[in-house]
This record gives sequence, structure tokens and C-alpha cells, in this order.
Amino acid sequence: MSAEPQPQPQSPWQTATISRIEKRTPRVTSFWFQPSRPFTHLAGQHVDVRLTAPDGYQARRSYSIASAPEAGAGIELAIERLDDGEVSPFFHDVAAVGDEIELRGPLGGHFIWEASDGGPVLLVGGGSGVVPLMAMVRHRGSQKSAAPIALVFSARVWDEVVFRDELIRLDDRRDGFDLVLTLTREQARRPADYSRRVDAKMMAQAMERLPKAPRLAYVCGSNAFVSAAAEALIDAGVPAGIIRTERYGV
Amino acid sequence: MVTRGFFSGRRPPSDTDARIPPGQYLEQGFPVLSAGPTPRVRTEDWSFTLKHGPKPIKKWSWAEFNALPQSKMTRDIHCVTAWTKFNTPWQGVLIDDILADAGIEPPTAFTLALSFDGYSTNVPAKDLVTGKAMVALLYDGKPITADHGGPARLLVPHLYFWKSAKWVNGLQFTERDEPGFWELHGYHMYGDPWREQRYSSDS
Repeated sequence: MSAEPQPQPQSPWQTATISRIEKRTPRVTSFWFQPSRPFTHLAGQHVDVRLTAPDGYQARRSYSIASAPEAGAGIELAIERLDDGEVSPFFHDVAAVGDEIELRGPLGGHFIWEASDGGPVLLVGGGSGVVPLMAMVRHRGSQKSAAPIALVFSARVWDEVVFRDELIRLDDRRDGFDLVLTLTREQARRPADYSRRVDAKMMAQAMERLPKAPRLAYVCGSNAFVSAAAEALIDAGVPAGIIRTERYGV
Repeated sequence: MVTRGFFSGRRPPSDTDARIPPGQYLEQGFPVLSAGPTPRVRTEDWSFTLKHGPKPIKKWSWAEFNALPQSKMTRDIHCVTAWTKFNTPWQGVLIDDILADAGIEPPTAFTLALSFDGYSTNVPAKDLVTGKAMVALLYDGKPITADHGGPARLLVPHLYFWKSAKWVNGLQFTERDEPGFWELHGYHMYGDPWREQRYSSDS
């Protein structure tokens, strides 16, 4: 054993402290994490979170970042409770402010929008699939970007519209961000909103709210939602090559 | 670091523990992941091209490709998003049989798998031969659905599953190890699940 010990590469995992918890909807709660090492992300990126049991068993999951890169006060993860889940019930039932969690990131280099990418941009989110899109919408706001963005957000009911009040406030500014809500199990509450699943006609009408055809489109949600929404976009004339997707679930 | 209050009931039974790479959990379903919309590739329009650099070596139509010797492979697969699925049954054409039909040995040490939607991923040639990989045509005895890469996908089960390119339409031998789509977006150049080679910063 004459060899000098080799310097170990720094572990990509770091400890982050939960600094704030806020219930967003009956099934979605936001957790703010204060990382122990410098952390700068791009809108649309995710982190991996790792939990370790006393017997050494580890579970890891990926969660999209909801906060804008400029937000500063830690990174916000909006975590949906999955009843048969392993990690999300821990966050909803056990995690408390002050707890230390291991995380890794930021990760992902494809499902990203930066203000310098410009617009128009069409965002389509289903349920908690809105989370990485929210980071983009917030990034637009904090950068005072003039890029036109339309967000089509499908939720089951009004009370499950994550970030609802904030999104409606941003919509009311009429500064080039346009919110289109569609509820699949309730009647629409706002005049121009919908109460059905996303389809090509809805996508075409959302595009009419943009000054010209979108340069980029982002779709995030469950696999079934993303498949349906991406087909609807293509049927509405959006070139497949500009559509980026992020899926979860089976 | 032990996480306060985390006690999982999910620890896999010890007889299967050895089959689950570090950081993975056992999945019963079959999640779908892709960077863009699902391309609908009709078998009439499908072809598979073997290339050395930009130069095509041989091209097969759907009928010609299906006439090649077919093999079955049942393997555990491991996705970088941390799910592992046991005993996935595939049928298709081994890369060995594709090379034999073209009458060549691997001319270089590296390949890029190419897809109809512009996706690509790099795999060393030695990881594709000697029965290790195939172009799969059937899953569980049925045509592969479009969401899972049908009509044909690459299957390299011993690497993270993003290397098993969906909607595959070619294999290109390259002089250097050239990063593909996800490798250019921060993912590991090789992707061994047993060494947790997920991201480019992993050793």
C-alpha cells in the first residue's frame, strides 16, 4: 500500500435545510430548501432528493424546481402527495422546518427556458406538471422579459390549480403572460377558461393569444397527459421539433 | 446521513436485493420518458441503416429487417430516473446478427444509435456485441407500442435505459466517443447503473 491516497471527488450530494413549508392545494405542498453549498439553477431544472433510513436503505426521487433562479430565498419544490408513494408521503406527513435533506442538482439541460431564449412560448401543464413551467413564468417576471408566454394549465378542479392566485395575478397584469385554465371535472370559473381535457382546438385558441406562432413549446405532466397534449399541439400545427416534453408516472 | 423520521417499508426482499442497483427502486409498471412528442413511425416508412461515419454500409427495410434471425432476451432494466423493472421480455435482432448480415466486424470502438426523432445516444461497440444488445421488435410477444419506442428500439439492458434508443433507425460507427442527446445535456457518457453513472460529474 505505497500509493498516496487519491483526492476524492466532491460528493455531488449536499445537505439542504427545510426553511419553510406551505400547503398549496389539498394534494400539493411547497417545501423550501436552503442548500448548504452555492446553488444556481435554470428555470425548468430539477433536483434529486435522497432519503436514508436508519438501516441504510435509500430512496431517491426527482422533483422539479418551482422557484425562479432569481428568487433567492432557497429553492421551492412543490411536491404532490402520491398515496402509494414512498418519498412524497414522507414529505407530507413527517418533514418539518429545520429538517436536513440530501439533495443533488440542479439537473437537466433540456427542459429549460431562459429569458434570453425569447418567445413566443407556449407552456402546457397537467396537474403538478405545472411546477417547472411555474419556474419559467416566474423567471420571465423577475427578468422583466417581454417574451410572450401562454400557459395552458389543466387541473381536475378549481381547488387543485397549484399557484392559482399567483398565476391569476400575473395574468391580470396583461403584460404578455396569458393564463388559460381548463378544469376537467368542474365548470370553468373565468370567462375565457375551459372545462374539458386539452385538445387541438384549445391549443389553436391558446396560440391566438400569442402575437405570432410559438418558437418553443413545453409540455409537462403525467405520461397520458403529455401524450394527449403533444398530439393536440401537433394537430394544431405546432412543429414536433419545437416541442419539449417532461413526463412522470406510468 | 440518516433522514429524521424516514422508515421505508419498501426495502426489497433480500432474494431480489442483489438485482437492484444502488439508488434504484422496483417498479411494477412501465414508465414512459422522452424528450419530445412520440413520433408515429409507420413500418412502411421504417428503415434501419448501418453507417461508418457518414458512409452507409447497409440499409434494411422493415420486411428485410424482420427476415433477419430473431432472438429473445429477458432482462432487468434500469432507468436513470431511479426505477428498475425486472424480467422485461424482448424479441428482436441481435446487433451481432445485423453486423453478420452486413458482413462486417465493428470497424471502430464507438457507436451512436440514431432515432427517427433526431435523438442519438453513444454506446461503445463492445457493449453492443456478443449477445449483449439487440434492436427489439417485440415486447412481451407483441409489437412495441409507440410510447415505448415502437416499431423498433435499441435494447442495451446493462446500461441505463436512455441508452436503449427509442424509434431507432440506425447505428453509426464513430472514430471517437461522441456524446449523444442526453450526454450533451449533462448525462454520463457511459451510464453503468451498478456504478451509478447518472450525470457527467459522476466518476
